[in-house]
Amino acid sequence: MTVSTSSTTGDRSTIEDLVTLTIDGIEVSVPKNTLVIRAAEQVGIQIPRFCDHPLLAPVGACRQCLVDVPDGGNGRPIPKPQASCTITVAPGMVVNTQATSAVAEKAQAGIMEFLLINHPLDCPVCDKGGECPLQNQAMSNGRGESRFHESGGTKRIYPKPINISAQVLLDRERCVLCARCTRFSEQIAGDPFIEMIERGALQQVGIFDPDRDERGTSERPRGQSGTAAEPFNSYFSGNTIQICPVGALTSAAYRFRSRPFDLVSSPSIAEIDACGSAVRVDHRRGKVMRRLAGDDPEVNEEWITDKDRFGFLYARQDDRLTHPLVRNEETGELEPTSWPAAFAAAAKGLAQAESVGVLTGGRLTAEDAYAYSKFARVTLGTNDIDFRARAHSAEEAEFLASDVVLRNDVSYADLETAGVVVLIGFEPEDEAGTIFLRLRKANQARGTRVFSLAPYTSRGLHKMGGTLIPVVPGREAEAITDVASNGDIALDRGGLILVGERTAEVPGALRAAADLSRSTGARLAWIPRRAGDRGALEAGALPNLLPGGRPAGDPAARVDLAAAWGVESLPETTGRSGNELLAAAAAQEVRGLVIAGVDLDDLPDPALARDALETAEFVVSLELRASDVTRAANVVFPVAPVADKAGMFVNWEGRVRTFGAVFDDPSSLPDLRILAGIAEELDRPLGFRTPAQARAEMTQVGPWDGPRAEIGTETERAASSTTGADSTAGAFVLASWKQSLDDGRMQDGDDNMRATARPAVVLVNATTLAGLGVAAGDPVTLTGPLGSLALPVGVADLADGVVWAPASAPGASVRHRVGPAGCAVTLEGGAK
Amino acid sequence: MSTPDTLTPVLTDNWDQDRSWTLAAYESQGGYAGLTKALKMKQDEVIEAVKASGLRGRGGAGFPTGMKWGFIPQDNPKPKYLVVNADESEPGTCKDIPLMMASPHTLVEGVIISSYAIRANTAFIYIRGEVLHVVRRLQRAVQEAYLAGHLGKDIHGSGYDLDLVIHAGAGAYICGEETALLDSLEGRRGQPRLRPPFPAVAGLYASPTVINNVESIASVPSIIDNGADWFSSMGTEKSKGYGIFSLSGHVTNPGQYEAPLGITLRTLIELAGGMRDGHELKFWTPGGSSTPLLTAEHLDVPLDFEGVGAVGSMLGTRALQLFDETTCVVRAVLRWTEFYKHESCGKCTPCREGTWWLVQTLARLEQGNGSEADLELLIDQCDNILGRAFCALGDGATSPITSSIEHFRDEYLAHLEHGGCPFDQAASTLFATEEVPA
Repeated sequence: MTVSTSSTTGDRSTIEDLVTLTIDGIEVSVPKNTLVIRAAEQVGIQIPRFCDHPLLAPVGACRQCLVDVPDGGNGRPIPKPQASCTITVAPGMVVNTQATSAVAEKAQAGIMEFLLINHPLDCPVCDKGGECPLQNQAMSNGRGESRFHESGGTKRIYPKPINISAQVLLDRERCVLCARCTRFSEQIAGDPFIEMIERGALQQVGIFDPDRDERGTSERPRGQSGTAAEPFNSYFSGNTIQICPVGALTSAAYRFRSRPFDLVSSPSIAEIDACGSAVRVDHRRGKVMRRLAGDDPEVNEEWITDKDRFGFLYARQDDRLTHPLVRNEETGELEPTSWPAAFAAAAKGLAQAESVGVLTGGRLTAEDAYAYSKFARVTLGTNDIDFRARAHSAEEAEFLASDVVLRNDVSYADLETAGVVVLIGFEPEDEAGTIFLRLRKANQARGTRVFSLAPYTSRGLHKMGGTLIPVVPGREAEAITDVASNGDIALDRGGLILVGERTAEVPGALRAAADLSRSTGARLAWIPRRAGDRGALEAGALPNLLPGGRPAGDPAARVDLAAAWGVESLPETTGRSGNELLAAAAAQEVRGLVIAGVDLDDLPDPALARDALETAEFVVSLELRASDVTRAANVVFPVAPVADKAGMFVNWEGRVRTFGAVFDDPSSLPDLRILAGIAEELDRPLGFRTPAQARAEMTQVGPWDGPRAEIGTETERAASSTTGADSTAGAFVLASWKQSLDDGRMQDGDDNMRATARPAVVLVNATTLAGLGVAAGDPVTLTGPLGSLALPVGVADLADGVVWAPASAPGASVRHRVGPAGCAVTLEGGAK
Repeated sequence: MSTPDTLTPVLTDNWDQDRSWTLAAYESQGGYAGLTKALKMKQDEVIEAVKASGLRGRGGAGFPTGMKWGFIPQDNPKPKYLVVNADESEPGTCKDIPLMMASPHTLVEGVIISSYAIRANTAFIYIRGEVLHVVRRLQRAVQEAYLAGHLGKDIHGSGYDLDLVIHAGAGAYICGEETALLDSLEGRRGQPRLRPPFPAVAGLYASPTVINNVESIASVPSIIDNGADWFSSMGTEKSKGYGIFSLSGHVTNPGQYEAPLGITLRTLIELAGGMRDGHELKFWTPGGSSTPLLTAEHLDVPLDFEGVGAVGSMLGTRALQLFDETTCVVRAVLRWTEFYKHESCGKCTPCREGTWWLVQTLARLEQGNGSEADLELLIDQCDNILGRAFCALGDGATSPITSSIEHFRDEYLAHLEHGGCPFDQAASTLFATEEVPA
């Protein structure tokens, strides 16, 4: 491995004041302010509970965890049973739980009986049946028989289920009103779109809906009030389903799909973003049925984004490639063939093409990226390899080499302890949801000050209690430099700088960020969007870097690696970046391309990319699903989705996140196995065929211990050139980024999730809106280099001359239909 | 027969005055004299006077008012608030609404003195929104007080500033629970808060807050004006002073009777002209429906905190609901329980689900269905609610049931034997006397 696995979570061995108490006759010492229910867990006593959740503030609503306290620590008994989830420990306290106290046992049985009187007891048809805390605890701590039924009781009934968003369904009959979901939404996600409404036994979770009545059975026509309901469209809504202790919240994706006892659970790592969140993959008969958040206190705690949770159906789409395809030169059609024949065809074509470049995209495991890196250097003999399937620059490549690769000195824990965090070109809620949750937690709990260099105060920034440092797209470099002398921010050694990958769009910005880190002492972390980016960087899938952070331009590094690889030498020629490679292909300077997992529309110049593919003599595509590249490819290899292979992602921290294969499908080959096949045909083998072998070799090769590359003159030249798109008369600069839920291909297949995406809207400032002569919500037409798009307009605190629009909203993709971030656009009132 | 001297009209003294709710009428009887006096005292002297008077909270729990004020941490840099709980919603309780109706300035003066004592510059009166007429009278009284310089900046040249806000609630019983009231006042949904932190430390807007009942605050001007000794000369050893006793139900002259604490129901009924003609007291609540009901054998219990507590009930709000022998206790208890079911806020399981079930069990019994075992079920349900609920409202819901089964078990059984209610329900109505002889 090229990155050490040691974490930098800091030394937690601070001596805490311990409090000693007795629970069920067992003495236990715990830190002061510990809740009794947590202290009991320390000695293995499980007190039943519903509302209690270790990551939510205590509420004491369900009363299931009542215990007897014969001595409150002051020698006196507490007369009533106490909720152990709200009472903190005291020295000398004596607590008797249901295990030793008849009072506690009866109190708990009484609460359980109450909870069940209005519960439908429809466990046989409930998704939660079999993994339900209510079911389990009713068995362990409840009465065997229902006196409610015996006494002729009538249950409360509701129509069921109701949608509280396109994805999340609510069965109000099953709900025990523990308020975990509403508290999560308010306390953790900051999206209080659901709240308890009504009262008594008719209390229920609800969304804002002016047309509802108390039972939700309104005969009133929908929309009568003229005000739209506001559904539970939170990027984190799925977590409420997971922490619901009953079957009240279910997802459209999983509802009625399977029973928990038929599922096999495999731990894995989310492949959606660079957060490295732990997930649990539940599958049955070779199909993923659902994904849940894994419990990893150092990374994602117990939360994941909806994309992490629901975004797995992309691997089951109709366009999934199943067989190797080779283009029949006579018919021009792709034809299924055998793996050996395809390896041979690819090898032959690449050998004939002579000059070949590699584009890998950002979705690879570190092992696969390493295989591409070695394939390029050893098999193809080139440094023409780039994983950056997005806007990028030479400055970025240098920045990654000088300030990012091999570094892992900023962790999630540091986000919580930092005094100040400066975000540059980075919108955490959209681009790295787990970081967003941690920053919000830090701000809520410790008042961590968050500053964002961004075009406007986004919802996410507002929820983090953050402050906007307004910047006009293209002028980031100056703004970053100014941060050093900004007394309000007071950035120092206790601070952090989080730089998003979008910063590469702006010449000079990354260099300024690196300088800011050096001048203030604040530590810097680079946050890419994709799960494979950081691993690809470590694996050297970049023209200027070899595996283990070895500078490709450093002869000593090349010798070191050549020795480790057992080859005579490594290519010396400076490699081409992705942009340069495509331009070279279009100009027939490069004649062959190996392309893996690249969506051409993500590239800065999709037209150039299409041109390059058309022009190239020989294109090998390694892909999961058919794409634009497939249509131009000469040989197409289907690759294994993440669920079919073992591997590791390196997350933004530099933390290695390994995972095993969920499924064992011999016909589903990881990229590295395919590359090994081609390399062997070319007689320049990679030396490994499995992820385990690749990982062993990576460990053996190890990190570079020589001098790092410096951020160089290339950058200075770029910085001095004109920046961004200066707005011409009547034109605006487009600020834009991809939101969490968008038209990305990895979200394909779950339309309900996509329906919870934020509606596309063009944001302008109030002055601009007035100038357009339209009101907020009216349509405006945004026109850029690619064309025009009509969208509703909204108001935000943007600078004059700046307009914001989402880059990739479903059905309204600004990056496809208007232009990329930073381009000049015009705006007109009304839909044209 | 007691003499009218038994009564000690202080709060109710001016109610019979012409347009008693106006500032002019109030001041003509010496109103705002207590304020003038208080503003010349140091704040801590005011607190000491209230402590010395022995005034205990008039909202039901009877916590010493001066001590509550003393809990406010004066070194806390946050603003301090006084909140008056005027969300009088307990079935039977009807003392604060008439007081604010007849003499809102008594309350306003009390608010100013109390706020001055705890160094609050903003005070709120949270009043239930249904009593619109009273809300308007209070609003007008506050307006008059501002115009007269009793409220606002630099009150009477003392350098003390106070703003008083009248806030109308939306009509939820739970908002009479002090922490739910604070949530509601902050614009949230009224549900009780977890304690600690207590309101004295982190109450309204997470700032130190005193929450007092209307009658408690309204008693403050008279204490300041007449002295703590005057106040503590009335009442009993541990329950000082006077209070409004609200007689309702089958009594000849229902209404507000202001008397020293420790008076007996026997005396009060005499003052009210006796029970309804030809009828006898059967059961009564000492302080609203949440206090365990008592019977005729408790007529001589001194109505103070200790006396009523000693017979297994609570003084509560001195809402004396009197029921004569025509009343079916099962029916009365069911009606109260329906109230609690309707008003349960839903936050905690025992109150929310328990009241839902209690109503069903009681309704079956009233209809003569069920069995004697259902009485044990009822008692067990109450046992599972009492002391298990989040706030005192759950406890209150069990009081009428357990106490009625204790005192009138046979009447419950009679429903089962009779196959329904054995009472002539019309006979308990107020118009029953108008019935035409056959």
